Amino acid sequence: MDLSQVLETASHTDPGMVRSHNEDSIASIVEKGLVVLADGMGGYNAGEVASGMATTVITTELRQLLEDHPPHEVDPQSGQKAAMKMLQEQVAKANTSIYQASQSQPQYAGMGTTLVVALFYDNKMMVAHIGDSRLYRMRGDEFGQVTKDHSLLQEQIDAGMLTKEQAKHSSNKNLVTRALGIDPAVEAEIHEYDTQPGDVYLLCSDGLSDMVSDEDIGMALQALGANLNLAAQQLVQMANDNGGRDNVSVILIKILREYPAGQGLASKIFGWFR
Amino acid sequence: MAKLILSMDGLVLKEIPLSKERTTIGRKPHNDIQIDNLAVSGEHAVIVTILADSFLEDLGSTNGTFVNGKTVKKHFLQSNDVIELGKYKLKYISEALPGAAKAADFEKTMVLRPGAMRKPPEPQPHAAAGAPHGHVDTMPTGIGHAAGAPAAAGAPKTHDDTQIGMAAAPAAPVRRAMLQLLSGANAGKELELTKPLTTLGKPGVQVAVITRRPQGFFITHVEGANKPIVNGKPIELQAHALNDHDIIELAGVKVEFFFKP
Repeated sequence: MDLSQVLETASHTDPGMVRSHNEDSIASIVEKGLVVLADGMGGYNAGEVASGMATTVITTELRQLLEDHPPHEVDPQSGQKAAMKMLQEQVAKANTSIYQASQSQPQYAGMGTTLVVALFYDNKMMVAHIGDSRLYRMRGDEFGQVTKDHSLLQEQIDAGMLTKEQAKHSSNKNLVTRALGIDPAVEAEIHEYDTQPGDVYLLCSDGLSDMVSDEDIGMALQALGANLNLAAQQLVQMANDNGGRDNVSVILIKILREYPAGQGLASKIFGWFR
Repeated sequence: MAKLILSMDGLVLKEIPLSKERTTIGRKPHNDIQIDNLAVSGEHAVIVTILADSFLEDLGSTNGTFVNGKTVKKHFLQSNDVIELGKYKLKYISEALPGAAKAADFEKTMVLRPGAMRKPPEPQPHAAAGAPHGHVDTMPTGIGHAAGAPAAAGAPKTHDDTQIGMAAAPAAPVRRAMLQLLSGANAGKELELTKPLTTLGKPGVQVAVITRRPQGFFITHVEGANKPIVNGKPIELQAHALNDHDIIELAGVKVEFFFKP
């Protein structure tokens, strides 16, 4: 199913005001409903290498897989959606590639990357994430974070050691507890969500979420939701105006209409009445 | 970024930023810093820069490399160190603002692994000079268990707290600005532009947004077939800077933009 008529997307990535190069990497295959964002880390250009490997491995592998396997199909043995299995496997593959490169080449030692991937199909999306790159959703007037960071800060909030207010001023913003390519194996957090026409989804690196408050991000999306390209540029600009201390990347996806899976007329009608 | 200041007999010749991982010094022209003097070997020395730290290494030069008067083979450079090659002096200056340097480093995303941060930070020169790659905090090797990690990890980094807080605060524009409606049902009404973004117009018909930035206020076209008109001329696709008493026409309504006296 070609989703390019269903999903409107826009993206923007910028090194920011302080860093000389961009270690973020973004990629998308709109017709397959796939968007990927990674924020690399590691000395010199190793961060770019790690994030670039993550986005490349995941998009090229999934492009092939999605040709042959509909993501909404449920595997009778495990009861899992094909989408979940695909994401699990491809994230693991990306992890292995990065890990092996960092083991074999001294200049890449210790490189790693955060990751957030969204795959849209059948009025749903499967989101996989690792680290502190985020996915937000705007539905009507409501704007909120969907993914939960794998970061020290989030763990402290969960443990009740910090309130959200205190967390805003914490100095530990940048410590992630999970990343791709650091260990031989990593587990991505994967969840499925229902989507609705009119929803706008935002994938971003911490260069945006650390520099711009959720409130201001929500306001920009509300104000500029009609023009996604402008919204993407505006978000990057706001991060840079606030200091732009890190690379900033955003991907925006707007759901234009329903997109139920299945070719039969019956399922199409069913789709209209959902 | 750290830099070197090349001088001879107290005369400053050149400032060289250490932008590369390896900066070579020598008499031959292929060096990054070429010093055409017979006392300097063809390939005399190299400076390896990793993040904010630089290491000087003598490449077996004939006359040796001196730092602060002492001959060195390998040396972890400290700000204001003076490297001497023949009659030439290279003064090493690390980042102008030590605080800012730390903050920039600190904003880098790092992976925290159980037990990683339990070791107290070692005194820099030895730890760093011994294993330059180990200094990159992304590859912790400690062993321990998760339970103790968060508290221990928090401790060494707290000193930057205020700086980060300040950096994240939105930069305020120089002046406050207002809009006054000049036509339509609400003519005469005023609105202060307090938000980072203020939308004008009718959704689905014509919408523009005024953004408040450190550099001033800008109007940008968002949707609709027609672009907003400023002082009688439609604006281009990109953001248009607003000046005091500009007249904006949009969706059939005239609005005046002005700075608050």
